[in-house]
Amino acid sequence: MKFGVVVFPGSNCDHDTYHVISKVVGQPVNFIWHKEENVEGYDAIILPGGFSYGDYLRTGAIARFSPVMRAVTNFARSGGLVLGICNGFQILCEAGLLPGGLLRNRDLKFHCEHVSIRVERTDTPFTIDYREGEVLSIPIAHGEGNYFCDEQTLADLESGGQVIFRYCDIDGRITDEANPNGSLGNIAGICNRERNVLGLMPHPERAAESVLGSRDGRAMFFSIADYLTERLKKRA
Amino acid sequence: MLAKVYVTLKTGVLDPQGKAIHHAAETIGYQGIEDVRQGKYFEIRLNPSLADDQARTEVEKFAHDVLANPVIENYRVEIVR
Repeated sequence: MKFGVVVFPGSNCDHDTYHVISKVVGQPVNFIWHKEENVEGYDAIILPGGFSYGDYLRTGAIARFSPVMRAVTNFARSGGLVLGICNGFQILCEAGLLPGGLLRNRDLKFHCEHVSIRVERTDTPFTIDYREGEVLSIPIAHGEGNYFCDEQTLADLESGGQVIFRYCDIDGRITDEANPNGSLGNIAGICNRERNVLGLMPHPERAAESVLGSRDGRAMFFSIADYLTERLKKRA
Repeated sequence: MLAKVYVTLKTGVLDPQGKAIHHAAETIGYQGIEDVRQGKYFEIRLNPSLADDQARTEVEKFAHDVLANPVIENYRVEIVR
């Protein structure tokens, strides 16, 4: 299996993500430059955090038009696994691969802190190694993480089981106090209807080793690897 | 020829920046300011050989696809000769 980490001008979590896949999970991984037009041969592609194109116009708005995103869109449409972390989530929304958008945090502050998130669903390739209802400690670092969509879209996300992570307190309760940015329904991460594209604001790659204070994020990368191992076995 | 594009948040979309500006206006003491919504304004220089309706079609598409995110924003286009 092969992982790809896309590098946009302004990405700054690309090396952290690469490190977790290569050294913690122990799987092959390449950087993919934003001008690349071909992503053949990859099994999972990660859009990392950062400030692609300086967040000009809107977060993710310019990155969405880079050559690599056309290839990533085709890759996603044909069932490839795509994970967007933080700025990557914003890019996936701008590209229309995930519904909704991310607004300025309701208190206008940039939040850089560990938060608790609850795993709502384990029936995605990104969460099979978690337990449903498990509370994770994972850092966030964003100024625009306030998830918004229209009422119908929210209803569809809820009924389709597409809300994968929610901000919660340390006991797993979904409260307004535990919502760091004002996201609708305390949403921290969602997937598409086909469940092969997931975006989340928290940074699992910053919580993959004990030395960083939490290793709750590592199971997301192991989930992808385990899912791909099964899929490749079936194909063989 | 000039296109002016105004991008504003849709009604019902929280605008914390507008709220902060409104709060500042109240603190300073401006009278009668009931609400502030922040948006974006673009000036786009167009090739004068474009016909008006062609220019409008082109800029409307640009506004829809790039300048605004229709999930959260509205846009309005003006063409000025």
